[in-house]
Amino acid sequence: MKRDTAVGSRGTEPSVIAVAVSRWSAAASAFTGVCVLAVAVMAVIPFVIGGPAEQPLITLLTFVAMASLWNLLAGFSGLTSFGQQAYIGVGAYALYLVAEHGINPFGGIAAAAVIAAAVALPVSALVLRLSGGYFAVATLVVAATFQIVATLSPSVGGTTGVSVPGLAGYGDVLREALIYWATLIVAVASVAGVYLLVRRTFGLDARAVSSDPVAAASSGVRVGRIRLLAYLAAAGGAGAVGALIALQTLYVEPTSIFSIQYSVYMLFMVLIGGMGTIEGPILGALVLFALQETLSAYGAWYLVIVGGLAVAATLAASRGIWGFASERFGWSLLPVGYRLRVPPPPDQVSDRPARAPTA
Amino acid sequence: MNWVNAVIQGMLLGGQYALIACGLSLTFGVMRIVNLAHGDLAVCGAYLGLVLSSALGVPVWVTLPLLLPAAFGAGMALQLLLLRRALRHGVLAPVLVTFGLSIMIENLLQVAATADPRGLNGGALALASFHLGSGITVSWLFLTAFLTACAVLSGLQLLLSRTSWGRKVRATADDLDTARLVGIRVRPVFATVAGIAVATAALAGIFIGTIGTFDPLTGTDVLIFAFEAVVIGGIGSLWGTLAGGVALGVTQVVVGEVNQAYAVLAVNLLFLAVLTVRPGGLFTSRQAVREIQGQGAAG
Repeated sequence: MKRDTAVGSRGTEPSVIAVAVSRWSAAASAFTGVCVLAVAVMAVIPFVIGGPAEQPLITLLTFVAMASLWNLLAGFSGLTSFGQQAYIGVGAYALYLVAEHGINPFGGIAAAAVIAAAVALPVSALVLRLSGGYFAVATLVVAATFQIVATLSPSVGGTTGVSVPGLAGYGDVLREALIYWATLIVAVASVAGVYLLVRRTFGLDARAVSSDPVAAASSGVRVGRIRLLAYLAAAGGAGAVGALIALQTLYVEPTSIFSIQYSVYMLFMVLIGGMGTIEGPILGALVLFALQETLSAYGAWYLVIVGGLAVAATLAASRGIWGFASERFGWSLLPVGYRLRVPPPPDQVSDRPARAPTA
Repeated sequence: MNWVNAVIQGMLLGGQYALIACGLSLTFGVMRIVNLAHGDLAVCGAYLGLVLSSALGVPVWVTLPLLLPAAFGAGMALQLLLLRRALRHGVLAPVLVTFGLSIMIENLLQVAATADPRGLNGGALALASFHLGSGITVSWLFLTAFLTACAVLSGLQLLLSRTSWGRKVRATADDLDTARLVGIRVRPVFATVAGIAVATAALAGIFIGTIGTFDPLTGTDVLIFAFEAVVIGGIGSLWGTLAGGVALGVTQVVVGEVNQAYAVLAVNLLFLAVLTVRPGGLFTSRQAVREIQGQGAAG
């Protein structure tokens, strides 16, 4: 914990206030420990429980990855894309294409991420010219265009789709365990990647761009570069998720892989959990998973409830469950900002030279 | 050759796109909201027309005096109950709220009306056509849709430029805070604009349902077409929206003449091409360009 002195100059006489600038806390250390333990436990599940636990966890971990990546885009950088299914689709087809060329499908997941990010580069030049709602609909158009292109390409099966090759050599149990581990790795990499990224200067810059691009630009933030980085990272992540979905379903078909449902889920998880926090999307993924387990039998009503909760969350609790909890109780388990505290006893004022507060 | 025919049919089709798009353009111009549920509201209009016309046993046109005021009221309610609150939570909230609304509408329609495609009873008008030279047949229905679009756009233009309501709308669109300072009550202005937007969407929905078929998920495609017409034509210009719609319609029909499978792809590519070459659209003011690009372009 750092202890710095800030000079307040609001009154007529400058007064010296000692403040504590801290990011990490005992709770954060404990929670990181719990996370590492949870990941370790999840990693050994295929040896202990196997199939019955793997299937639901695969769904949950896919949700966690999707939510964290969309949060990087919309929550931290202000880019509300409803077209991330474009890159989920690109990732799935990329996996098919590399597996078709004899590359191991599990190694193909990384290739799918790279290909999705590469496809996103020229697209970003178009869609990042727009902002807000116009950006949102333009991303929808891009996803619709990709879907039509896939439908019109006989090399990837057109409207009927293709089945993923290269998995015949694995037994059912081994294949499922490998898919589970791959999903775990992608989910952990998404959460940890987003966390480490937004802890850097990028995080502050992205939030500045999101709340006021002009002010950010005039403070020297390179707005275009920040948005591009967020867009490419989210697209690459979506590509990996798409490859996982292709491995899970063993079949890639244009209408389902480019389904807008993925965007609906991402929006819901991030809004319910809490935009712009690391913990929120994970919580949102748990909520969506629970809803899906209990309500998916009701078909369309399930999505009506999902949409309704998203609207209600935006209007009534715009910071989501985690935003509410951290505000109310001061919780911060995976902190991305700094907190500034004035210590209670006045005689502990330190004599160290003044430094500007970091947040 | 069929090309002349294709261009004429495309222009007529473009009228429908412009009719859907004008509400989207108006909502954005005045309230700075891109209503992602706009297409779904048009489809709701079509379903309401279906319910009314089959209940009364009349062609759907007869139900318009009931349907349009209902849509206007629904638009006002939407603004006063949802969008007004969303606008208080910053620029992203309306995007999230209208997307959530779109999901709800699409799935409620699936529950209420099943996923079966439906069509509307357009009466005698739906089948009538006349010949225009050799090999060109014009459907009265398409022509009516086009002329209705022109009438609605001219009417809106007149309302905006000639009436005191229009002055208030333009002042609010230009500068919300100054408009409030000079005593304009913004809430009724926004509510009537939303009412008009939804009423025109419902009218467009009636034409969509009479000319083709619709199902609960048609709304997203409708939104995409409307949005493309607005961007191609240029934000904030009603006649630009008509031109954008016509550009879309002509592209769709002419490409469809060669290969039907590529028609919608061509429309999307036209949109992306306009976005590349002239991001503000073909007929637009510099201020509007700054609005849609946000101030992000500053970096």
